Amino acid sequence: MNGLTVAGVSVGFDGTPVLDGVDLAVAPGEVVVLLGPSGCGKTTLLRAVAGLEPTLAGTISWDGVDLAGVPPHERGFGLMFQDHALFPHRDVAGNVGFGLRMAGMPEAHRDERVGRVLDLVGLSGFGPRSVATLSGGEAQRVALARSLAPGPRLLMLDEPLGSLDRALRDRLVDELGVLLRRLGQAAIHVTHDHDEAFALADRIAVMADGRIARIGTPAAVWSDPRTVAVARSVGHRNLVSLGADGSCALGRLGSGPGTVLVRGDRLTLGDDALPARVTGVAFRNGRVELAVSVGDIALYLFADRAVVRGDTVGLRIAGDAVVPLADS
Amino acid sequence: MTARRLGGAVAVALPAAFLGVFFLYPVAAIVGRGLTGEGLDRLTGLPGSASFRSVAWFTLWQALVSTVLTVLIALPGAHLLARFRFRGRAALRALTTVPFVLPTVVVGSAFAALFDRFGLDDGAFRMRHTVWAILAAHVFFNVAVVLRTVGAFWEGLDPAVEEQARVLGAGPWRTFWLVTLPRLWPAVAAAASIVFLFCTTSFGVILILGGPTRATLETEIWRHAVWRGDLASATALAVVQFVAVLAMVVVTNRLMRQRAVGQRPSARRPQRPTGRLLGANLALLATVLLLPVAVLVERSLSVGDGYSLRHYGALSDRVNLLPVSALVALRNSLLFAVVATALALVVGGLASLVVVHGRGWVSRVFDLGLMLPLGVSAVTLGFGMLIALDDPPLDLRTSRWLVPVAHALVGIPFVMRTLVPTLRSIDDRLREAAAVLGASPNRVLREIDLPIAGRAVAVGAAFAFAISLGEFGATSFLPRQPDRLTAPLALFRLLGTPGDLLRGQAMALAVVLMLLTATCVLVIESRGRFGSGVVRGDL
Repeated sequence: MNGLTVAGVSVGFDGTPVLDGVDLAVAPGEVVVLLGPSGCGKTTLLRAVAGLEPTLAGTISWDGVDLAGVPPHERGFGLMFQDHALFPHRDVAGNVGFGLRMAGMPEAHRDERVGRVLDLVGLSGFGPRSVATLSGGEAQRVALARSLAPGPRLLMLDEPLGSLDRALRDRLVDELGVLLRRLGQAAIHVTHDHDEAFALADRIAVMADGRIARIGTPAAVWSDPRTVAVARSVGHRNLVSLGADGSCALGRLGSGPGTVLVRGDRLTLGDDALPARVTGVAFRNGRVELAVSVGDIALYLFADRAVVRGDTVGLRIAGDAVVPLADS
Repeated sequence: MTARRLGGAVAVALPAAFLGVFFLYPVAAIVGRGLTGEGLDRLTGLPGSASFRSVAWFTLWQALVSTVLTVLIALPGAHLLARFRFRGRAALRALTTVPFVLPTVVVGSAFAALFDRFGLDDGAFRMRHTVWAILAAHVFFNVAVVLRTVGAFWEGLDPAVEEQARVLGAGPWRTFWLVTLPRLWPAVAAAASIVFLFCTTSFGVILILGGPTRATLETEIWRHAVWRGDLASATALAVVQFVAVLAMVVVTNRLMRQRAVGQRPSARRPQRPTGRLLGANLALLATVLLLPVAVLVERSLSVGDGYSLRHYGALSDRVNLLPVSALVALRNSLLFAVVATALALVVGGLASLVVVHGRGWVSRVFDLGLMLPLGVSAVTLGFGMLIALDDPPLDLRTSRWLVPVAHALVGIPFVMRTLVPTLRSIDDRLREAAAVLGASPNRVLREIDLPIAGRAVAVGAAFAFAISLGEFGATSFLPRQPDRLTAPLALFRLLGTPGDLLRGQAMALAVVLMLLTATCVLVIESRGRFGSGVVRGDL
């Protein structure tokens, strides 16, 4: 088995389980995004893989070699912290070159390599700057450069964009994706932002309550989230409860009681269809998003024509729009 | 055993052994003698003794009045430093801190000079050998403690709350009384409790300024032990002092912890003070802090009707009173200070690492144990060494290195008070980031902990050095031999002997000591800040 294998890993703090039998594999060159609400155990999983958190059960291995007992500094993994954790007493070059120095790289080689990594993250010439003078985006890039410089077998990023504003975040997500692919860098990226996850991932692993609830390609996880929790985590909002016979105001959507997902991206407007009242109109990225209600059910969809609040529109539900969900 | 575990064992064993032999054993000796035989007889006799009751009463009330006066005089200055920005603010901060590290004998000299200069030695406004002299010197000494403790806390209080009160119709005084003071209370109480502790254990100031009739527990222990050779009475008094001080340390620690609650830095840009506010504050601080020092310098230069450096030149001459010249005493002091600083850094540094990185109970025991010498008075320390380390197997009285050891014990708490908060303030993720980047645990210590704590080490070293230079209480108990006469001891003897020439030499020596310790404060002030300001040892 090449790359990282996490099998049945459990972690607990003072008897409270935080990770509960997690399985995860990351192939060389693959970018896996861990997505989930705060407190679900994403960060703990990264720390366990890095060797910073002791595990209660399970194995973590690389290329089939068990890493139990291998201390963090001998694992050859990179970890980028949420608030960057830049060393305040070293300049940018001192931060970026730290891992190389630990590996015993001679100074001349080191300087050259630091320069190249800084070029890579778009910070050419920043070497002598004090880290206290960096903007949020610059600090993020320095932290990334510091993690990348020693050429880690696996790079782990713990909500590295969490503290930045939206516009900068969107730009850095794109840059990060391009960079990781260009380097062929295996990576685990942690976030609670589903847009970020979909923009970056080869595969998305959705975490809930210390377990991985769903793992797959972005398209697969989006179109079939399987559980209510996963559906919410990836950004679905149209979750509909069904009655005992599987029916609701939209019609009979199932064979029994439970919850189904009605994918907003598979709903369209049509005059001949189910009548719905428009309760809200919002602009999102240049598109008009409608909130509509059918009986007691509220749904969101994108409109292709002008509508105002209070209008009654016809709602057309595509055949593959309805996806059954398990409750947990 | 791996190298790391060996290192850990040394880090625990060395400070524990140092503290055990040079502090716990002597203190245990005092308690042991005080609670048995002759000592116990004296101890049980104390409550009925009128002289003991008057000494205890004087110790308490002079400390209480000193504390109240100090707080009242320091509060306006704390307000100025906390709420306003003006040119020279940093310099003012540094200068107000100088008195705190000045040797007690220098402060005694300064006030003696002041009374001499303004004719207050006798007559209707006699200050010499009165309680007023003691109170004035205690205020001089401790204003810095209140300025810094309360000032730093005040700076952290959001001024929006006061502004809200003003908008709601409260005048400036009512706002201060109803809003500011209640919020400030934890810091005021903490600062006051420390000042009270310092004033009850004050030794040199009382001995020099109080004269033969004013006695506190500290000076009584010294008189009985060193003058009369009545060790039994001295141990009985020392036991009382020890218990009282321990109780005060517990209260102080509790109050200091409360202080940490509810702090939030304000983003507001501070105002500039009005000319009147600045002027009034500077005048007050100058009268209290600068005048005695200025007069001391003036007296040291005054020869006959004119001024010259003759008293300074005379420092190299040996006078009959002293076994060596003042200059040799000064050289001894500097040598002892270097050794004491090195000892305090090694022992205090290792102990700080144990406090921060050690396992739960080990960490707590070290935290408390090595802070103890700060609370237990220097007199108790010196007296304990005097009676405990004079028999085999530990007959160290003949060793001159006992002096720097005693000084190091007093300095260790200061080293730890600057180092421990700094080491604690280092984000654990910095260490983890270094580990993930390939740094082994020892390497993390070398690459992260030590460089970041470097400035705190410098601050701790400066404190330890200044304290050793001026240490008087403990040193005055250690047997007198020419090769261990320190500058403060020489100064005390010069000061206590009549004669204009000796007086002049005393003043010159006091100025030299003052300059040396003031230099340490400048080091503390210039190194005290780090980046966004995480490092500042509390006084």
